[in-house]
Amino acid sequence: MESVSSQEKLLAASVGESKEYLTFMLGEEQYGLAIIQVKEIRGYEPVTKIANAPDFIKGVINLRGDIVPIVDLRVKFKVSEATYNEFTIVIMLNVQDRIVGIVVDSVSDVINVTEEEVHPPPEFGVAFDSRYLDGLASVDDGLVILVNIERLITSEEIGIFDSMNQQNEGSV
Amino acid sequence: MSVDMNQFHTVFFEESTEHLQTMEELLLNISTDAPDPEDLNSIFRAAHSIKGGSGIFGFDALTGLTHVMETILDKARNNELDLTTDIVDVLLATTDTLGVIIQCYQDESDIDWQQIEEGKANLEAILNEDTGGSDDTPAATTEEEDGFGFFDDEPSEQVSAASANSAETTESSDDDSFGFFDDAPGSEEVTNTATVESKEASTDDDGFGFFTEPTTAQAIPDDEAFGFFTDEPKAPPAKAKPVTKKPVKPAAKQSAAKDTGSIRVDTVKIDNVVNLVGEMVITQSILSMIGQEVDGNSGEKLNATLEELSRNIREIQEATMSMRMIHVSFVFNRFPRLVRDLAKTLNKKIDLVIEGGETEVDKSMIEKLADPLTHLVRNSLDHGIEPLEKRLAAGKPEVGTVILKAEQRGGSIVISIQDDGGGLNRDKILEKAISNGLDVDESMPDEAVWQLIFAPGFSTADAVTDVSGRGVGMDVVRKNIEAIQGSIEISSTAGQGSTFTIKLPLTLAIIDGLCVSVADETYIIPLLNIIESLQPTTEQIKTLANDNVLWSRDAYWPLVSLHQQMCIPGKPKPLSESIIVLVEVGKKRYGIIVDQLLGKQQVVIKSLERHYRKVDGISGATIMGDGKVAMIIDVDNLAKTEQLSQVG
Repeated sequence: MESVSSQEKLLAASVGESKEYLTFMLGEEQYGLAIIQVKEIRGYEPVTKIANAPDFIKGVINLRGDIVPIVDLRVKFKVSEATYNEFTIVIMLNVQDRIVGIVVDSVSDVINVTEEEVHPPPEFGVAFDSRYLDGLASVDDGLVILVNIERLITSEEIGIFDSMNQQNEGSV
Repeated sequence: MSVDMNQFHTVFFEESTEHLQTMEELLLNISTDAPDPEDLNSIFRAAHSIKGGSGIFGFDALTGLTHVMETILDKARNNELDLTTDIVDVLLATTDTLGVIIQCYQDESDIDWQQIEEGKANLEAILNEDTGGSDDTPAATTEEEDGFGFFDDEPSEQVSAASANSAETTESSDDDSFGFFDDAPGSEEVTNTATVESKEASTDDDGFGFFTEPTTAQAIPDDEAFGFFTDEPKAPPAKAKPVTKKPVKPAAKQSAAKDTGSIRVDTVKIDNVVNLVGEMVITQSILSMIGQEVDGNSGEKLNATLEELSRNIREIQEATMSMRMIHVSFVFNRFPRLVRDLAKTLNKKIDLVIEGGETEVDKSMIEKLADPLTHLVRNSLDHGIEPLEKRLAAGKPEVGTVILKAEQRGGSIVISIQDDGGGLNRDKILEKAISNGLDVDESMPDEAVWQLIFAPGFSTADAVTDVSGRGVGMDVVRKNIEAIQGSIEISSTAGQGSTFTIKLPLTLAIIDGLCVSVADETYIIPLLNIIESLQPTTEQIKTLANDNVLWSRDAYWPLVSLHQQMCIPGKPKPLSESIIVLVEVGKKRYGIIVDQLLGKQQVVIKSLERHYRKVDGISGATIMGDGKVAMIIDVDNLAKTEQLSQVG
């Protein structure tokens, strides 16, 4: 965490009105999420399964005493074969005072994107619904889809937050 | 310079609430014939502290009421006013009103001024009845009035003065005089302003601040003058100054003695420490496992050190757990008042005996215990203890006894409420149960009959009073107690009384659990709910409407497969090779089918909802010795009622 924040300061100082994104791969696409929400990056470890959970919620793990749910975005958006090995990556996110881990194919880089560089998201052609997207940004090696990870994780589609809680219970 | 007054407010509210409690306690115990002067002083001091604080913060509603209260108390301790039960009643009612006002200020909600005026009027009525000789000595009194009159009339100025002067902490002649900020560092500054303003009510501070030395208090001639506050509130500030220095010494002595006391810590901080210690225990057990793998000389040394570490950690764990523990008297102390008032309403004579108030219980449990206990005590008074005539006719003493007792028995806390009343009426309960459509038969054992009163909507009281009898309650009592992992039992003998016994775990953070496994998953079943575990024989398994049931202990037990409930992939083991854990919670009794029993273990409960959401059939999670997460089964919730009802 410390290294991230110091790096962030450095970059912010040099580029002014820009935001930092952590880019990661889901299938063939390159995505980015605001680095400010990243708590840490870990390797995948065995989870404890939860009854009655959708298949993209892999289960929970012990993160230094916190019981943290793990969501596999690859399963959720059916973008790639979900394999679990020592190279599988989990990004731990801080979302609204909670911790959630997301499984992705790989983590690539930290990029700086200024406001002007963000283009409106396409209406289709992306695994994510456009309401979860901040926009598109072009970098050296292609396009990065900027995900509003907070909106995605707290959404009813993922259904791990309290607001969803009652509705879920109602339907079960 | 501005000071955030809110931080003082919180302290003031907390302390005022404590003061009110003290007052109530003392008022309840006071004997009207020969009141202990020390007690009167303490009550007075508490009232005065609230008044002083409220004046500074501009809580006028409090100031007015406490002021009159103080006047009465002062007369009482100077033997100018004879305490009667009526006066004590009014004073008690006033403490209630004060409590309400404090709550209002705390919530920033509207204050019922009419209630305050009424309260004031009641108090003043007492004063008017007994004017005493104080009318003749007005001269000496003016000095202190301005001190208080000032609070009454210009609280806002006082506040601003307090902030303006907060840097000047030099002269602390009367720091302790108001007494309401014993441990808040900001307090000195606030009270000091009184001196700066030179309106310091020094003479009465003398009297108020140092009651511990009764001679000082009584020596001040103008104590009796309190009766005049209401008459001349606007007396000019006067010759108070010269006396200011006098109390300095006793003040210093007093505060020094208080240093050894306690500090206030936010519960969140303590919970945090408790959590971290839990983590440490887990890490330590992992370390020990690794230690076993190290051979040779260094391995020996390592293991010896690890042993030492584990001992220390255990001690730290005990110490942190004890920080959360508070005396059960925190809830018990409300009952003398409740019993006193209720006995009056019901026209019964009741003696409440409290035992084991010093028993320590987890703070979070104490909070949840208050309601069910109140309910049970009310029940004992209303239904348990018979009316006077009936008692006398039965040859019992006129005064009924209710014993409220707490004690620690092994790993649990036992709280009992015992009355020497008529006992539960078996026939009436059965009759009521039948008319309520409950499944009963005449030959049921007593224990089973008593349990019926926990059914929703059950009341055998002939008349619904405002005290109890509506039948909402016993089911809630039971629910509340079960929510804190407790259980409740009743024993009752006709004509001799009944005893309600509540059994609680020592702490909510840790439970004793049975570790079971299904396929590769480990689950914890709380030991509290388990009756027995067994390997079923084929004869014991019966099929009923396509569901398997187990014949054991002279009853059919519905069975629930953990494999199925937890949605574990793959085929479950055949029933004959499985283990069945018989559990009971509330009225539900059923068997849980598991693959294997792994052993008994104490587990630290972790919230699953903190980062995820509530899961049906799961009450929480825990971290096992190897760092993996295991789910804790919510026995109440695992099986739906309709699933079990067939065999029920």
